Amino acid sequence: MQNSAEQIRSLVFDALRAALDRPVEFSDDTNITEGLGLDSVAVMDFVMEIEDALDISIPLDRIAEVKTVGDLVAAAQDLKGGR
Amino acid sequence: MALFDKYAPLMGQFESLESTGYNPFNVSFDRVLSPTEGVIAGRRILLLGTNNYLGLTYDPDVIDAAVAATRSLGAGTTGSRVANGSYGGHRQLERHLADFYGRQHCMVFSTGYQANLGILSALAGKDDHLILDADSHASIYDGSRLGHAQVTRFRHNDPDDLDNRLRRLADTPGDKVIVVEGIYSMLGDTAPLREFVEVKRKWGAYLVVDEAHSLGVLGRTGRGLAEAAGVEDEVDFVVGTFSKSLGGIGGFCVSDMDGFDILRVASRPYMFTASLPPAVVAAVTEALNQLRHRPALRQQLMDNARRFHAGLGDLGFHVGPEASPVVSAIMPDPKTAFAFWTRLLEAGLYTNVSLPPATPKGLALLRSSVSAAHSRSQIDHALSLFADTGRELGLIPAEPAIPTWVKHPTATLAGAEPQDALAIGFRSQLLARLAAPSKAMAKYYSAFRRQSPGRARIVGDK
Ligand SMILES: Cc1ncc(COP(=O)(O)O)c(C=O)c1O
Repeated sequence: MQNSAEQIRSLVFDALRAALDRPVEFSDDTNITEGLGLDSVAVMDFVMEIEDALDISIPLDRIAEVKTVGDLVAAAQDLKGGR
Repeated sequence: MALFDKYAPLMGQFESLESTGYNPFNVSFDRVLSPTEGVIAGRRILLLGTNNYLGLTYDPDVIDAAVAATRSLGAGTTGSRVANGSYGGHRQLERHLADFYGRQHCMVFSTGYQANLGILSALAGKDDHLILDADSHASIYDGSRLGHAQVTRFRHNDPDDLDNRLRRLADTPGDKVIVVEGIYSMLGDTAPLREFVEVKRKWGAYLVVDEAHSLGVLGRTGRGLAEAAGVEDEVDFVVGTFSKSLGGIGGFCVSDMDGFDILRVASRPYMFTASLPPAVVAAVTEALNQLRHRPALRQQLMDNARRFHAGLGDLGFHVGPEASPVVSAIMPDPKTAFAFWTRLLEAGLYTNVSLPPATPKGLALLRSSVSAAHSRSQIDHALSLFADTGRELGLIPAEPAIPTWVKHPTATLAGAEPQDALAIGFRSQLLARLAAPSKAMAKYYSAFRRQSPGRARIVGDK
């Protein structure tokens, strides 16, 4: 099933919101580790949720390149081919 | 200073630990007296955080072998096996390990960490795929990064998730290599290896099992989880370390795969580092001999493990899902873990603190490892110190009582949010003591997972 770029974006935002243990405001520009206080393992764990929702695999080197929420959205869109 | 600016947050944490007087990551032993006792800051301490599972570090035959090897062959090899030559002892140790595992090939590395680096980076090439259990040891992650393969992870101990990820890769070219551990070093749980083997077969993947914490611990002859699960034929590569049950240092990989020896000139962590010194090789060879011929050690170890694991559980601590030599008490947060650790040390007991991201699910752990060398009274003494400290810190009930929600599982949890992951995990764990262990584990982890994909919420953690 093809997901639109916007669907993928809102899916990433939802997954991130669920991964945080308190409500935090964030945008495409927010740095995931520094801005949201997630450590490397927590990031990899919540990426799994995105992988499952989109039925894709995001290799660890791609995750390592991700700095901001927007980077992650872009990586997911790229791998899903939904651009 | 600018170079280290990036470590400012870490430095802050470290300094605040130092200021409390003790820092669990900076302990120094004045002396070590035996596998179970040492001296810290002039005080005699009971050791419960050493990974010295069989207590072989002071075995007289092991020590004699090391001394004799040093006298006849010198203190070090001063070079790599590839560039500067192997000694007879390296080859002999490889033959003994291959024989012990009933496999054709064995390579010995200078540490267990390097064994993972050397094997994983060399097995999977640029177009291949490494699929790691999410809770893998740092050496497995680092070994994956050292090579050029694509790396993905699957949910800890979850064969369905592994299956799902292999399915996604099915149309992608390249070999698929699955990596799991025998006993996991943080919570002491074991991999559901039979189920993993089924998934591996279904997709034609290869399987690597790191038996670092299960060598000499599990299996009829001590070969580890693959032996205990009866699936050794389906495990393509066993990796292990000499630094735990064998009481030395070094690592190895055994396999029956044709052409295995090419890794000796392809694996950089094997080629570009000095080989193990004669003393270590001789000591490990003798320790392996002891492991093979003294099954009573394994029995003693598991008796101690069960006693300690059950003891902590009965006191009301949240412990890992199954009894193994690694026994971790789950702490509400890192600060409590430090406080607990410090009080135990002041009372004469040495344990370990493990923190995220080295731990699964963001857990703060007070980790213990038991040894065959511990006497029953040492285990009981450790339990009584845990009981005192747990009560002082308000982590466990004043009296060892069975809470009502255990007896009546449908009752609401007193004093804890009903949706609290740990409470649910703990309850299912207790209830599941009556059921199969693998079921208990699945429940335990799915309770965490349901709660929050990123981070388990912990009692008292708001
Ligand atoms: C699962 C696992 N693999 C590998 C290692 C590395 O072994 P070593 O410390 O002997 O280098 C360890 C322990 O440190 C471990 O727990």
